[in-house]
Amino acid sequence: MKIVVLPKQTFDTEAKITLDAAGKINREGVNLIMNPYDEFAVEEALRLKEKHGGEVTVVSFGGPKVPDILRQALAMGADKAVHVGDEGLEEIDEHTTATILAKLLRDLEYDLILAGWRAIDDGSAQVAGRVAEILGLPMVNMVIKLDIAEGKAVASREIEGGYEVVEVPLPAVITAQKGLNEPRYPTMKGIMQAKKKPMQKLTIADLGLGGEEVAPKVRARRYYLPSPRSQGKIITGEPAEAAAELVRLLREEAKVV
Amino acid sequence: MKHWLFQEEHEALRQAVRRFVQKEIVPNTEKWEEAQEIPRSLFRRCGELGFFGLKFPEEYGGQGGDYLAAAVFKEEVARSGCLGVLAALGVHSGVVLPPLYKFGTEEQRRRYLVPGIAGEKVGALAVTEPNAGSDVASLQTTARREGDFYVLNGSKIFITNGVNADFVIVAAKTRPEAGHRGISLFIVDRRTPGFEVGQKLQKAGLHSSDTGYLIFDNCRVPAANLLGEENRGFYMLMEGFQWERLLLALGAVGMAEAALAHALTYARQRVQFGQPIGRFQAVGHRLAEMATRLEMIRNLTYHALWLFHTGQPCLKEVSMAKLAATEIAHQIAGEALQLHGGYGYMREYPIERIWRDTRVATIVAGTSEIMREIIAREMKV
Repeated sequence: MKIVVLPKQTFDTEAKITLDAAGKINREGVNLIMNPYDEFAVEEALRLKEKHGGEVTVVSFGGPKVPDILRQALAMGADKAVHVGDEGLEEIDEHTTATILAKLLRDLEYDLILAGWRAIDDGSAQVAGRVAEILGLPMVNMVIKLDIAEGKAVASREIEGGYEVVEVPLPAVITAQKGLNEPRYPTMKGIMQAKKKPMQKLTIADLGLGGEEVAPKVRARRYYLPSPRSQGKIITGEPAEAAAELVRLLREEAKVV
Repeated sequence: MKHWLFQEEHEALRQAVRRFVQKEIVPNTEKWEEAQEIPRSLFRRCGELGFFGLKFPEEYGGQGGDYLAAAVFKEEVARSGCLGVLAALGVHSGVVLPPLYKFGTEEQRRRYLVPGIAGEKVGALAVTEPNAGSDVASLQTTARREGDFYVLNGSKIFITNGVNADFVIVAAKTRPEAGHRGISLFIVDRRTPGFEVGQKLQKAGLHSSDTGYLIFDNCRVPAANLLGEENRGFYMLMEGFQWERLLLALGAVGMAEAALAHALTYARQRVQFGQPIGRFQAVGHRLAEMATRLEMIRNLTYHALWLFHTGQPCLKEVSMAKLAATEIAHQIAGEALQLHGGYGYMREYPIERIWRDTRVATIVAGTSEIMREIIAREMKV
């Protein structure tokens, strides 16, 4: 079975977000990681490979540090990687990314495409869905259990108040939700082997794309940080008076009662 | 960000170990400190993840890496701020397994090294005795040859993993009159008759690491369990000391890093006189000083590690790294505790443990006094 996984490089969950002079998100000195939901996708691909045999390819679109997460996936056990660089693209959106990934996927053989259901940075949860749409594939979102048999995928997904079990024919796009599995840590042996595994670097031009095709349809107009949390207020005095004062403030200042 | 000494693969390993420590060690340290030991499952987990085999060849279940990879593992475990966990894991993988690989027969490697790397068997190294500490050559445990056996008599103290180990490498005199030229090493199975754990020792720190007092009373060890050559034990131990001291230095650097991180977090959060205490110059400068000294000991340690890794003479530099890193790490821990005020003295705050734990580092694997002695001798004072 041939599986393609689409991981994205995101800020570390503990990264402190700041804005630069131009009001854009400052990427300087930020620790970058593989989007945690995509790690579930990579892990699931590896488990399916271990069970059914086959090959796992990881594909990611983005900046010069993207090979770090691809190498991580290779160290975990993926077989090969493709990095599509973002050179020459000033601004991108989900349409851009999905167009590029779908174009590349047309040249790859696959029975299954896996991705995280969303990225922890922009959280838009669109790219996998758009890829499925462009390629005309069935898609199951937010999967917490996945079985593959006889050309079909049987997937359990969380729904309000319970679970839903769905069946789709392959090839299909499946997105991972937390709970699908527990991703493995790369071992030293895996890290060393990863150095010898193929990692292809492509540009958008290599894919025959450019200009309007990949221009974003959505543009961010402004970024701003949440206002800092103001310090708490301590009400002093006799308990009865303090309670009365608290109620007054909740009513008149906070306007919550 | 990365130090020049480490390659890309070491940094990738560092990320993996760091996540493992955050996820599987840090949330459990309180529990293990309370239990006064780490569970067997942690040894097995480290074995399964390949952490015990980083520098050993694949044919013994190792990862085929190098000393730098093993160093990364130790430093990252220390960053948990719980030196007891590092003591238990580090003694097993960094002190017990290397001599088994270097001096063991094929049979010994199969029986002890392979399950040791897998985390299925836990080992200890027993050298120190009630009357023989820094003066290793004066140890009094004897091993008398009787046919196919050696008969061990004596006792060992302060033995890390001594209570729970499946096997202990024991240093004993095969020629009591010959001083350091009469010491041999024996692999003693836990269940060997005549081998008993006298007691679990109660320590100021390192609570999650068990420390034993071991008694050998006419303990009959098969001759096949002699490790390396007879009477060469002292030299085999000396070879291991360099790496063990580097581990102490790396552990101290990791612990100092944890201490500084706690101090920094606290200085940003704690408000007194209307502002976070970190904004007071007295506190800010102190943190700057701590950070600077941390970088000093880190670079001194990495330098010694580089010499060791590349096979260059490093006795003086390793001793310097061990001396400075352990002394300064404990100072940094003390300063970090001070910045926490009364809270720093409370059990709920990890800094209290870091300060207690780092205290032992200037004593074990060669005291600071012995380190100074070695350095002075190397300087030909």
